[in-house]
Amino acid sequence: MPQLQLRGLGNALLEAVDLTVGPGRVVCVSGPSGSGKSRLLRAIADLEPHEGAVCLDETDRSSLPAHVWRARVMLVPAESQWWGETVSEHFVQPMPQALKALGFEPDAASWMVSRLSSGEKQRLALIRALACEPQALLLDEPTANLDDAGSRTVEDWLLAEVRRRSLPVLWVAHDSAQIKRVGDRHFHIRAGRLEST
Amino acid sequence: MDVIDLSWWQLGLAALMVVVLAACTWAARLNVATPLLIAATRTVIQLALIGLVLEALFAVGALGWISLMALVMLLVAGREVMARQKHRLTGGWAFGVGTLSMFISAFSVTILTLVVIIGPEPWYTPQYAIPLLGMMLGNTMTGVALSLDRLTETVWRQRAVIENRLMLGQPWQVAIGDIRREAMRSGMMPMVNAMAAAGIVSLPGMMTGQILAGSPPNVAVKYQILIMFTITVGTGFGAFAAVMAGSRRLFDDRERLRIDRLSAARN
Repeated sequence: MPQLQLRGLGNALLEAVDLTVGPGRVVCVSGPSGSGKSRLLRAIADLEPHEGAVCLDETDRSSLPAHVWRARVMLVPAESQWWGETVSEHFVQPMPQALKALGFEPDAASWMVSRLSSGEKQRLALIRALACEPQALLLDEPTANLDDAGSRTVEDWLLAEVRRRSLPVLWVAHDSAQIKRVGDRHFHIRAGRLEST
Repeated sequence: MDVIDLSWWQLGLAALMVVVLAACTWAARLNVATPLLIAATRTVIQLALIGLVLEALFAVGALGWISLMALVMLLVAGREVMARQKHRLTGGWAFGVGTLSMFISAFSVTILTLVVIIGPEPWYTPQYAIPLLGMMLGNTMTGVALSLDRLTETVWRQRAVIENRLMLGQPWQVAIGDIRREAMRSGMMPMVNAMAAAGIVSLPGMMTGQILAGSPPNVAVKYQILIMFTITVGTGFGAFAAVMAGSRRLFDDRERLRIDRLSAARN
């Protein structure tokens, strides 16, 4: 059972954070914009220089090549990027069930990226990430571009996948109703400190 | 067949034609007369000076002086490569990567060509070494400058895409693979085009010069093919080294994209 452990993780914006997220558990993080939520996730994924250590299970991050770590502890950014022409080029394996669960037609994999709406991109980015079969998830406002009904569909699907795959999850959110629905625990960033609420 | 030497009054006639051109454009108020005359004067002074330097160099023929000349040429080319980039690698890396790539490729190909293929005695005979190196450096410089500029410029514009690819667990070489290919391509295209057009669309400058100087065309053609190939090899390996070293420098040992190692655009 994987658990994600942060030890003394910090950067210019954030005081050192110690935190353990158990398997299948969702820890929500909120805070004003610019408070360092996204940079906390980027630090865990090892995308920028910072202090501290992270473990997944017994495996220390520094013992793995960075790209192997990122494939296991996967960050899904708020604004996804697409480099190929069609959706399927970005998937390491086809995900027909996930596409169906999030309301896509079966042929969505062959769609042109240039014609996707921002809401479609956001949902497809989540499916794309889970197609890599990560062992932990870092979600940066995964429903920011969706309406209420769309958000609820994504939440339900994500929670079901998280429980089924026993993934530890850090979920950056700003909507307190959503935090109540999905979070097992909730931390708020205030003046560079992670505070439990 | 002897070379017909040009006397100064003959060059003067050519200069007079430039002056006539300048007068015509001045009369029509086209505003190119001044830069035209300045450039023409610069050509005369610069080429006359290099002529003196080459005459002296040819007279001495010492390896030390030839090396010094080659070093100066290399450093000037390195500076030129750096100046042509919009987003440079910081901390001397822009100059270092460009100069080192040109050194590796242009120098080794020139020396190889001199020693193995042309074989003058001694191998560094300046009549062969300096023009060959000049042609190599001039073209390698263009290739290295184009590919480095394309590399850094595209990485700057597509940093979000590269980072998203890293987030999905791609190794850095894969995440930047498309950009590397584009950069390599843009460095190689001028030489590929030149080889494709040679003889049909254009008569290359060196071959024209040799024929004018009295060489039989079939000798000139052989030299031109040799030069085309060596320049292509030099340009290709120069661009290759620059793209590999430049892209490596853009990531650190934890495969993070270090966009902070590029300077912001200069105006």
